[in-house]
Amino acid sequence: MITIIQEHLPQLLTGLLNTVFSSLIALIGSLILGTIFALFEISPNRLLRFIGKAYVEVFRNIPLLVIVLIFYIVIPMYIIKINGFMAGSIGLTIYTSAFIAEVIKAGILSIGKGQMEAARSNGMSYLQSMWHVVLPQAFKVVIPPLGNQFINLVKNSSILAFVAGADLMYQANSIASTTFQTNQTYLIVGLLYLILTMPLSYYMRHLEKKITN
Amino acid sequence: MNWSGAYTWINLNYLLQGLWITIQISVISIILSSIFGAILGIIRYSKISKVSAFVGFLVDIVRNLPLLLILFFSYFGLPQIGIRFSTFSAAIFAFTIFESAMLAEIFRSGLEAVDKGQTEAARSNGLTYLQTLRYIVFPQGLKKMIAPIVSQFISLVKDTSLATIILLPDLMQRAQVIYGQDTNYMIPIFILVAATYFVVNYLLSLFAGFIDRRLKN
Repeated sequence: MITIIQEHLPQLLTGLLNTVFSSLIALIGSLILGTIFALFEISPNRLLRFIGKAYVEVFRNIPLLVIVLIFYIVIPMYIIKINGFMAGSIGLTIYTSAFIAEVIKAGILSIGKGQMEAARSNGMSYLQSMWHVVLPQAFKVVIPPLGNQFINLVKNSSILAFVAGADLMYQANSIASTTFQTNQTYLIVGLLYLILTMPLSYYMRHLEKKITN
Repeated sequence: MNWSGAYTWINLNYLLQGLWITIQISVISIILSSIFGAILGIIRYSKISKVSAFVGFLVDIVRNLPLLLILFFSYFGLPQIGIRFSTFSAAIFAFTIFESAMLAEIFRSGLEAVDKGQTEAARSNGLTYLQTLRYIVFPQGLKKMIAPIVSQFISLVKDTSLATIILLPDLMQRAQVIYGQDTNYMIPIFILVAATYFVVNYLLSLFAGFIDRRLKN
């Protein structure tokens, strides 16, 4: 096990970095997209509500692999050439944003209507009241579920292995196929994933307890 | 794009057989992981000294690993220590391990959400611990668990597509075989496959909403 780490350290580190990097891209992207579609879902406009609802339902109910492969195979063929890493990260962003939209929507709905009414009667526009009054409160409520989505995101980023995204999982397979030390390689990579996800997961549980008490 | 070439009877039948494998894998894994998940969740809830903590630790490890890693491990790793699976059983093995851990956590938090007074009242009325669990706590906890359990099942159905990588001939893998023949089949096949997964999972989520409303009334 130690020889694998010694000989393949650069590869493992690249993989780890790519996993973290792609998770962060997808986190930021899906927070933005998720907030937009959450706002669509609760907007007074019927068309926007329909678009928001359709987006969330479609991307929550089809496999991440299908979305990622569309960006890896179909889009490059007809529209623009993108590499595996970007295709994987974009796919992750879109998939996760549907879940985050639901989380944020629930957060916004949990904030009393009075907040919005008070802000509006103070002369703010709908979007201003949303941005300055409702959303900051909603984000505080949804931190634990958002954290859980982020843990899922880190785990799901292993999908990059399908599209040669050079992430941790991909490196694991390439190390395993050159050294034939399959179990040891997976053990090392498993530990690396746990280093990323475990602390976050315990911290989120701690936060949840703190909020419910 | 070649729609009529992609949607021939032979291709559709081939995909339908793949869907059948996807459904078989999902249903078997759902049943097995519900049983194991419930047992693990109850052990973790019961606070048996050391045992519960140990089970909790194992559950947390599995929950925090990517499913793909577990899948690779059961197909490529286990044979090296003498345990050989077919692709079908390797997939079921991996999904069951992962989903049991996910469900154990759902069961545990569902049981813990039941008011402690219920347990105390039942115990002081002379029910044993297991009777309390079976007749008082579990039925009440189950109401809170239905929604997360079904969304876990939905992710399982979606995640079965990952088994494509160990060449399980499921819906996704068969789709790849078809669009591999001709790039003009790509868009029609992707649309069809996405729509199929969508319909299966959307029906599941409608069913969950229905059960949820029934239980709440």
